[in-house]
Amino acid sequence: MPATNRRRFLKNSLWGAGSLLGLPLPRALAETTPPAASVDASPTSRRMITVGEVDHQRNGFDPSAILTDWDTGQVRQLSDGRRLREYQITAVDKEIEIAPGLFFPAWTYNGRVPGPTLRATEGDRIRIHFVNAGSHTHTMHFHGIHSARMDGIPGAGEVAPGESFIYEFDAKPFGCHLYHCHSVPLKRHIHKGLYGAFIVDPDPAKHPDHAQVARSRLLGSDANARWQEFLLVMNGFDTNFDEENEIYAVNSVAHAYVNRPIRIARDRPVRLYLINVTEFDPVNSLHLHANFFDYYDQGTTLTPTLRTVDTVMQCQAQRGILEFSFADHEPGLYMFHAHQSEFVELGWMSFFEVV
Amino acid sequence: MRRRAWVSLLLPLVLLGAAIATFVATNPLGLIGVSPPPLEELTVERTRLDDTGIALKVRAVGSEPMHIAQVQVDGAYWRFTQTPGGPLARGESVWLELPYPWVEDELHEITVITATGVTFHHTIEVAEASPRVSARQVAGYGLLGLFVGVFPVALGMCSRPALQHAGARGFQFVLALTLGLLAFLLVDTLEEGLEIGAQAASLFQGQTLVWLAAVVAFITLVAIGRRHHRPPEGRALAWYLALGIGLHNLGEGLAIGGAFATGAAALGTFLVVGFTLHNLTEGVGIAAPLTREAVPAWAWGGLVALAGLPAVLGTWIGAYAYAPHWSALFLGLGVGAILQVLLEVAAYLQRTAAAREGRAISATSVAGFAAGVAVMYATAFLIQT
Repeated sequence: MPATNRRRFLKNSLWGAGSLLGLPLPRALAETTPPAASVDASPTSRRMITVGEVDHQRNGFDPSAILTDWDTGQVRQLSDGRRLREYQITAVDKEIEIAPGLFFPAWTYNGRVPGPTLRATEGDRIRIHFVNAGSHTHTMHFHGIHSARMDGIPGAGEVAPGESFIYEFDAKPFGCHLYHCHSVPLKRHIHKGLYGAFIVDPDPAKHPDHAQVARSRLLGSDANARWQEFLLVMNGFDTNFDEENEIYAVNSVAHAYVNRPIRIARDRPVRLYLINVTEFDPVNSLHLHANFFDYYDQGTTLTPTLRTVDTVMQCQAQRGILEFSFADHEPGLYMFHAHQSEFVELGWMSFFEVV
Repeated sequence: MRRRAWVSLLLPLVLLGAAIATFVATNPLGLIGVSPPPLEELTVERTRLDDTGIALKVRAVGSEPMHIAQVQVDGAYWRFTQTPGGPLARGESVWLELPYPWVEDELHEITVITATGVTFHHTIEVAEASPRVSARQVAGYGLLGLFVGVFPVALGMCSRPALQHAGARGFQFVLALTLGLLAFLLVDTLEEGLEIGAQAASLFQGQTLVWLAAVVAFITLVAIGRRHHRPPEGRALAWYLALGIGLHNLGEGLAIGGAFATGAAALGTFLVVGFTLHNLTEGVGIAAPLTREAVPAWAWGGLVALAGLPAVLGTWIGAYAYAPHWSALFLGLGVGAILQVLLEVAAYLQRTAAAREGRAISATSVAGFAAGVAVMYATAFLIQT
């Protein structure tokens, strides 16, 4: 190759490095502060990305909807005055599209991955009517406080195909929790898609010292209405079953929030319920661009366990609550992603669109 | 009788059609009761690196049409275009083009992932810009072929006067030396052919192709050579030698062109000089049967061209139009052609020995054969990469 071409190529390569995370980065952008409109987020400007569009309709679930579709169950009052929340959950085998044109033979709760986001208030009675319509034995194991009989493990609440079980327990402690299948082999049952969020809001009456904070977490309260809350389940898919993930994502679909950024009104605070269920890798993480957040590990406290951080790391089944605000930022696209570059390059990359 | 012959020819075909139709209509596989996912295979036949990025020519062999869903480069999903688009039918090939900023002299790993989640990996060991179709580069690769094919053969053939003065034992020694050379070429060509055959898409059965091409070429050439009821000798034998050696040099050219084009030929100048030395013996072999008769100038030129020019063709194909299944076919033909001259030179050696009431397997011929193998083996030290 003639030297001139080589130089031109190197220049292109450097340009490529600048836009490694998907956005072209003209030199002008780095030196001055241009109007936000100059950040080009159109799909064609990105080179490091999955190509095409996922058919969410065929999948039967939409990652943009999963962000906020809290399932509060069928509610009724018990004779002792407590609230009972009942849920119908069915395990089904289902092929889902996890990146454009790429299909995965999943095992699901209610036909979606992650499963329904169960949301209750501290002290509620929870009753889960679980039906196994799948091809293998499954359970629902909740991260929470319950009796041994309700643990959802082999020998306690394990359900053969075609059979059913009722899990019943109190919603405690408050926090950001999860449930998942605990049948063996464990790795296969989890990474095939059997997991979901279990969020328990604090009861303000039980926390007089931080009643205001507790109220802001309580779904349906006026204090909570200001908040923009989103569920993010960090997961991965091993499509060729070699115990390494081919796809990493939040809420299952690679690059879902690159193609459709999560819209945020900057005058209202943001709360993320972040859960890691990624199989095969020891940790996953979230890094927020251009901002910092307070973090409540497992969500079981009303004061932050980490203050003013922009990256948080979680092992499998670790989870927490992130709180931050874009009030002082200019509108635009703000990235967030795993800070394992490997996961970023394999799909775990997202945007907030701050308006 | 004639009608019966036609019926006996057509009836099996008709019955075959009926059998297939019955199988498709009744689907007896349903009785077995398994429906595994489709079998998929993807072979990368060519890679092209230039300042627009990386391009791969891939061939699909699936039990059903295959859909390429996504492509990773170095573990990152990358934008790509597939030409032509759509699902890949069995045996169909497409180009995948990725605007990837590859890094010169470094390794890149490409993973193609299909709709079913199966992954296919391809490693670009050393990233180098692919050869361009420019007069300069085409001439460069052609010159490379001249140095490894034409020059050594021509120089080796210059040894004829020396061979003419060698006497009867010397002549036997040179024929045996030629046999040693051919034995080496046979092994070398077969190994190369089987190696390349293994890279071809399974559809082409590359290694089987090498063996079959070798057998067919061998039988055909022996039949042609002995069409006058006696084995070839003299000039005719020289032409067959040149053909066999030429097909071997085509394979060598393929390897060299491909190696330079993909950056695998790190030895560069040393490698080319090595091939020149290694192939000198080929010229000596072609000259051996020509010691007893006059040879016109055009025949000299023709022999050199037949034995040497395929190396030029090979470097071009290796650099610009490489396809493993075609290479496997040509190398298989080469194996057959070498085997044929191995047979005929041995027969010639036996006849000349018998004419002098000597033995074909003598100390002289064993020494000659050993010397031929040894020279080829030793000079091959220079061309191992």
